[in-house]
Amino acid sequence: MENSAAHTHGKAVISIRNLCKSFGDQVVLDNFNMEIYDGENLVLMGKSGSGKSVMIKCMVGLMEPDSGEVEILGKNMLELHHQEKDELRAEIGFLFQGSALYDSMTVQENLEFPLRRHKKKFKGGNTNEMVEEALESVGLAHTKSLMPAELSGGMQRRIALARALILKPKIILYDEPTTGLDPITAKEIILLMMDIQKKYKTSSLIITHDVDCARVISNRMILLLEGTNYAQGTFQELSTSKDPKIKAFFK
Amino acid sequence: MNHNYTATANVSSFFMEIGALSRFAGRFFKELFSWPFEFREFLKQCYQMGNKSLLLVGVTGFILGLVFTLQSRPTLLEFGAVSWMPSMISISIVREIGPVIIALICAGRIGSSIGAELGSMRVTEQIDAMEVSGTNPFKFLVVTRILAATLMLPVLILIGDLIALFGSALVEYVKGNVSFLLYFNEVFEAIKFSDLMPATIKSFFFGFAIGVVGCFKGYNSSKGTEGVGKASNSAVVFTSLLLFIIDFIAVFVSDIIYG
Repeated sequence: MENSAAHTHGKAVISIRNLCKSFGDQVVLDNFNMEIYDGENLVLMGKSGSGKSVMIKCMVGLMEPDSGEVEILGKNMLELHHQEKDELRAEIGFLFQGSALYDSMTVQENLEFPLRRHKKKFKGGNTNEMVEEALESVGLAHTKSLMPAELSGGMQRRIALARALILKPKIILYDEPTTGLDPITAKEIILLMMDIQKKYKTSSLIITHDVDCARVISNRMILLLEGTNYAQGTFQELSTSKDPKIKAFFK
Repeated sequence: MNHNYTATANVSSFFMEIGALSRFAGRFFKELFSWPFEFREFLKQCYQMGNKSLLLVGVTGFILGLVFTLQSRPTLLEFGAVSWMPSMISISIVREIGPVIIALICAGRIGSSIGAELGSMRVTEQIDAMEVSGTNPFKFLVVTRILAATLMLPVLILIGDLIALFGSALVEYVKGNVSFLLYFNEVFEAIKFSDLMPATIKSFFFGFAIGVVGCFKGYNSSKGTEGVGKASNSAVVFTSLLLFIIDFIAVFVSDIIYG
């Protein structure tokens, strides 16, 4: 396991500063701060309903925060126009909790979909070859013509990962990548995520409840509690903490 | 006191819904005229709505013509006016019954399917995934569906009307020994431009209403699978109500124009 110190001196690819988000009287994010450094795997843990998914959605512009700053690859996401936002999104892969594959399209069409809007980025690239390469990287080259409903949960997650990868992003955001999968498939997905990180040299934010996943994949961890960045450190540091609120996560 | 409060809340939420629907329709027009246009998806939706509704519309139209003629025949016979049958049936079907009945059938078939499809896409985060991948989901999903419904409904209504008239002609052929040629000759003599034009114009509005309400309910659905069911159900109920309101306005306006 790498130490976080190696990364804290690197360049931040994502910086979140004083992010606030409320729904009516319910405060979900309260001056939340976080940085992800180039090439690191940052795990964000928190209880259900603690605002992890809200935070990730604010980050990519799916939700408007009340205040704060989200800087991705040096650009303030919240101040960008549509076109610029879309260009920046081409550098971010997003793996949704339930895979979110388009169920009226085949696997091939699902993978081709993100390429439609980002042709400029891949000038001269062969769409078919890119789809095949992405599918091979998740070990499912034979599923091109299948519909998502014909795939198992684990296969759907892999295809979703291939779709997130097809634009060759610099950052990948994983929203509960192992939720709903059996332990063996979950382990396969974790290993796949690690392979992808090595192969594509991506920086990753992984939102998870899964302590095993956090132990294996994280370079650094943040605990989100009461809308704030309650604690951060390596898995080793946090899992041996004496703080009862932190200990509760590792029981 | 409590009843008053509930009634006020219901009325206020109804008007808020109307306001949100109007804004949604406004966004449709704004996005319709901005680049890029999702032509392939539009054609796919035209096929889904047009071709796949054809059998239902055909069967409904045929039975409509059949039943309408069978029910009207005894009364017209009693008054010795059975020769008026083709003109009476054709004008009723083309002006009013055909568009309204077929639009109601399409509200059930197309409106509910749009509501359920977009609702489940919202719940399973497919719409978010689209946005993250740089595609405007409103343009891709909503604009194409509303436009396809607006353009396909007049076609479906026209086909439905023709099949209904064929059903009516069949009854006249069997019961009154009237040939198809004579029947349709009478029909085309009876139908005027002033019958066809308002019916065609209002069928565009019917299509637009079906598309916009289905998309609005589905696109804004929430609360998991329960939300999908509600979106689908309320799309049909709200569209059906809207169809009658549009029909009333259309009849009122065409009465002023054509007298």
